[in-house]
Amino acid sequence: MARNREALVWLLDVGPSVHHLLPEVEHVCSMIVQNKLLHKENDEVGVVLFGTEETENEDAKEVGGYEHVFVSHSIQVVNGDVLETLQHLPRGPVSGDFLDAIVVGTSMLIKKFGPLYPGRKKLYLITDASSPIKGSHGGSQEEQVKNLAAAMSSSGIKLESIVARGISGSDADEMVIVKNDRILNLLSRITCAKMTYVESPTSLLGAIRIRDKFPGTIFRGDLEISSQLKIKVRVYKKTLEEKFPTLKRFCDEASHPDELCGVKVKHQFKSFGDDGQIVPSSHEVTNGYLYGPQVVDISSSQMNAVKFKPEKGVKLLGFTDSSNIMRHHYMTDVRLFIAEPGDTEATIAISALARAMKRMNKVAILRCVWRKGQANVVIGVLTPNVSDDDNMPDSFYFNALPFFEDLREFKFLSFCNLSASLQPSEEQQRAADELVEVLDLGPSDHQEELAPDFTPNPVLQRYYDFLQLKVKNPDAAVPPLSGALRRITEPDPEFLSRIEAIIEAFMRKFGVREWHIHG
Amino acid sequence: MDMELDPDEVFRDDEDDAEAEYFRERASTKELAVYLIDASPKMFLTHSPSEKHMKDESHFHITMSCILSSLKTQIISRSYDEVAICFFNTREKKNLQDLNGVFVFNVGDRESLDRPTAKFIKELSQLEEKFAKEIGSQYGIVAGSRENSLYNALWVAQALLRKGSARTADKRILLFTNEDDPFGNIKGATKTDMTRTTQQRAKDAQDLGISIELFPLSEPHKEFDLSRFYADMIGIDDDGIAEFMSAIGAKFEDMEYELKRRMIKKRIVKTLTFTIANGLAIEVNTYALVRPTVPGSTVWLDSVTNQPLKIERSFICADTGALMEEPTKRFQTYQNMNVKFSVEELSEIKRVSTAQLRLLGFKPLNCLKDYHNLRPSTFIFPTDEEVLGSTLIFVALHRSMLRLNRFAVAFYGNPSHPQLVAIVAQDEVKVAGGQVEPPGMHIIYLPYADDIRPIEEMSPENPVPRASDEQIDKAAALMKRIDLKGFSITQLSNPALQRHYAVLQALALEEDELPETKDKTLPDEEGMSRPTVVNAIDQFKHSVYGDQYEARSSAGDDNMSEASKKRKASAGNAVKECENYNWAEMAESGKLTTLTVVELKYYLTAHNLPVSGKKEDLISRIKMHLRK
Repeated sequence: MARNREALVWLLDVGPSVHHLLPEVEHVCSMIVQNKLLHKENDEVGVVLFGTEETENEDAKEVGGYEHVFVSHSIQVVNGDVLETLQHLPRGPVSGDFLDAIVVGTSMLIKKFGPLYPGRKKLYLITDASSPIKGSHGGSQEEQVKNLAAAMSSSGIKLESIVARGISGSDADEMVIVKNDRILNLLSRITCAKMTYVESPTSLLGAIRIRDKFPGTIFRGDLEISSQLKIKVRVYKKTLEEKFPTLKRFCDEASHPDELCGVKVKHQFKSFGDDGQIVPSSHEVTNGYLYGPQVVDISSSQMNAVKFKPEKGVKLLGFTDSSNIMRHHYMTDVRLFIAEPGDTEATIAISALARAMKRMNKVAILRCVWRKGQANVVIGVLTPNVSDDDNMPDSFYFNALPFFEDLREFKFLSFCNLSASLQPSEEQQRAADELVEVLDLGPSDHQEELAPDFTPNPVLQRYYDFLQLKVKNPDAAVPPLSGALRRITEPDPEFLSRIEAIIEAFMRKFGVREWHIHG
Repeated sequence: MDMELDPDEVFRDDEDDAEAEYFRERASTKELAVYLIDASPKMFLTHSPSEKHMKDESHFHITMSCILSSLKTQIISRSYDEVAICFFNTREKKNLQDLNGVFVFNVGDRESLDRPTAKFIKELSQLEEKFAKEIGSQYGIVAGSRENSLYNALWVAQALLRKGSARTADKRILLFTNEDDPFGNIKGATKTDMTRTTQQRAKDAQDLGISIELFPLSEPHKEFDLSRFYADMIGIDDDGIAEFMSAIGAKFEDMEYELKRRMIKKRIVKTLTFTIANGLAIEVNTYALVRPTVPGSTVWLDSVTNQPLKIERSFICADTGALMEEPTKRFQTYQNMNVKFSVEELSEIKRVSTAQLRLLGFKPLNCLKDYHNLRPSTFIFPTDEEVLGSTLIFVALHRSMLRLNRFAVAFYGNPSHPQLVAIVAQDEVKVAGGQVEPPGMHIIYLPYADDIRPIEEMSPENPVPRASDEQIDKAAALMKRIDLKGFSITQLSNPALQRHYAVLQALALEEDELPETKDKTLPDEEGMSRPTVVNAIDQFKHSVYGDQYEARSSAGDDNMSEASKKRKASAGNAVKECENYNWAEMAESGKLTTLTVVELKYYLTAHNLPVSGKKEDLISRIKMHLRK
């Protein structure tokens, strides 16, 4: 589909201050290209490096300047060469100028497509933005940025920037950083730009969406507060699990070694013969339902005639204190309720309700039938998602809740009724408190670690790595997880060694004699 | 017969299925249960529970209603479990051993210990009324006779449970009584003797792997005294008595609720090793406290014998047509190459962690966002069975996490589905009726960045409109009016399930009329039309929409999307075109096949029928419709 097509230009900083990050950059960029090769073969990509020794770009030829910006791949349909380039990025000797790179990328996109390209046009900037940008080519810098932004907006070019911070540890000039941040902020305010700061190689991997799908709505219509008040909304999936790819089977017999031979799957009904043997069923087949040991003989079409058929619609049951809803009762992946785009009043109505809910600690309970002919109703809870960003409307998250039938009320022993030997002593409790406090991944002077929004799926990453290895060598072994990915499955040894004393104290209090950082 | 066998629907992908199954509930061992119910006259005494409930109720009635509701749940969710109902202290006797004072209730050709059927449940529900006439209540242990109805009852129950091996089946005796001193009116050596033999009988049963669970029914002002007899019989020491009784909830009005909860056997999904640090791991059991209950799937039947059929899957080589074993290789087409993988390699890729559950660290609770969710949570509770000290460490961490408002982040190395998880400590919540939330921790499955979509960022407006303070105030006022006080999800039943099983039950009992079921999930229309509510909504509406709302909504109807206009137009056209054919006659003479698919669709569209499928499907659909 045309609207799902994408032209993407990488703007990659390869200057000395980011050399240590380039393995991760190579990794994510190749994964995106791999994914396009698998699923979106018509997408086009280009690669622009900055901070290189050489200079090679149209703008330099035409107007001069733009040094150390190197177009290593002009925009073309994805292919193995691009992948090869991205996997072996050069380490450049000079500090790059990201603003020059954005200009070069923008003019590449404009020249190649003009305004008529039906898909999305995107620039992907990865840099640490720690090197000073050069003086402008006439006019003040601010003005230059504004002109650039106008050019980008008018030709529908989006910019996504990933800015790595605090990973290098190198002493970058504070002043330069502040100035660069101002420019990036200015850009993202006036154009459709998104800027993300990352503080660890793991979150660099997670910050970039490998497969950027255009989400479809699951419901468009009215949020019925009552029969008098209906607000126009759209409902999307906010989370949806990216599944491990399903691969096809093939027949591995010697008779056809060269060509891959498919496998057909055949299903056959078999009945239990009198002697307990299983024989192919010779009769017609009908279906029924089990009720205890009894088979109730009713076909699905008959069942359809008598079954529960709710009417499509999303209705409010009421508001309630958020403490009446348990977090662990959330049942499925999450939906997002957002006002119909362009409907100002609906946007305001959603904004008012969301902000009032947040202020009063309330949630709304809804009854939803998303589609006509849906077999069941969904009861769920709306929680406010209030945004501080001027470009982002207020919205609601929706989580499905269980019905009475879905709960199992098992009874468990009260912890205060445990015998004394199972209750921690005061000393032990203190050791536990200390451990919980110190083994901290939350945000403090650094970014939150392992935040879901910045944590990639290690299994998928490993799969694509392996696929790439296999292309070159069909007998390759499954590669180990890279260091950045291992931070997702086990704690950071460096972090543990810093708090060694506290872990040791905890172990001693609970009677464990030996422990070591490396299992 | 024209069967719609859609392979995708009927034969769902195995891999998906296995996973779905796991998150629903793992098939566990079968349960065999004998309900042993005291039917002595004392059980029929009525007590007035409280001012709230006007009706007096007997212990016998409470017991029966608990058992019935448990059987009704069982028949839909765990239909392979088997039950027997056995009364003791009865006038009549009915049991294989022909022992006095014991009556095994059964219907039809069902075995005494068997899966519950619709008929069994129905007759059991009517039993209470005719109990006095058909079975009769009578004290079975009286002075002067050596008859011991409790001993007999245990013997009968144990004999019933001889079926099935202890390895694959969970065997339980659930004993309901309000007599804490069964040999109270016997004296001297006879009493000692009877006590000893009864306890020996119970011990024998327990040695055979049968668990005996006591459901003591206390009278309103007199607590059931375990120490008089039953503590010894079921093997509880002095410390245990208080714990046991506190777990029961002594109040008469809560009795039914508490009994029902205790009757459900806690099922452990898995035992996991939870690695806290290298060299320190504890063990926890996982429980599925929240899982969607879905209507049972259809079974396939032979239409002649009505016997269930098995579906067998076979693999055929597309080239040679030869039958083959399930292939162990897979491939992915990539850059015009076929990249091959073995099944072992694929599972190796998923093996990213050596630990089952490994602690990574802790975060403040506000880092767990409302959109950090993918599937139902799993409950964990510590066990000291294999690793001593598990409970101690778990309780300490539980308290610290609650006190510091933090949750744990851990990696769950499930071999088929490794995932990052949040582990949230849950404090025990108790109300007068009993435990509402058990103490422990909930595993919440977190999405990865790949699973989260940046929907909010797609907004075309710049900057977006926001509500003013006045509008927010009006919204807040509205919220106060439509407040569901004390809302709890336990108030809502699943209307589709209710309907489904009501229909099945009616058909299973061969009842003529299908029952009415009520959908309680609909909004409270009456409450919403109260003047104060209407007024609050109006004020909010006015503050946001001004006077424009009515105008807009009526305009909205004309403002149909292009697609739906087109659909409407083509439907109108179809009705016209449809009149040009004599459908009945053409169907009769078999001439429908001469029409084109486009022509056939005129009829279908005009009659609001689906237009999907092959030409033959369309024709058979038209014929079906004409026949009606």
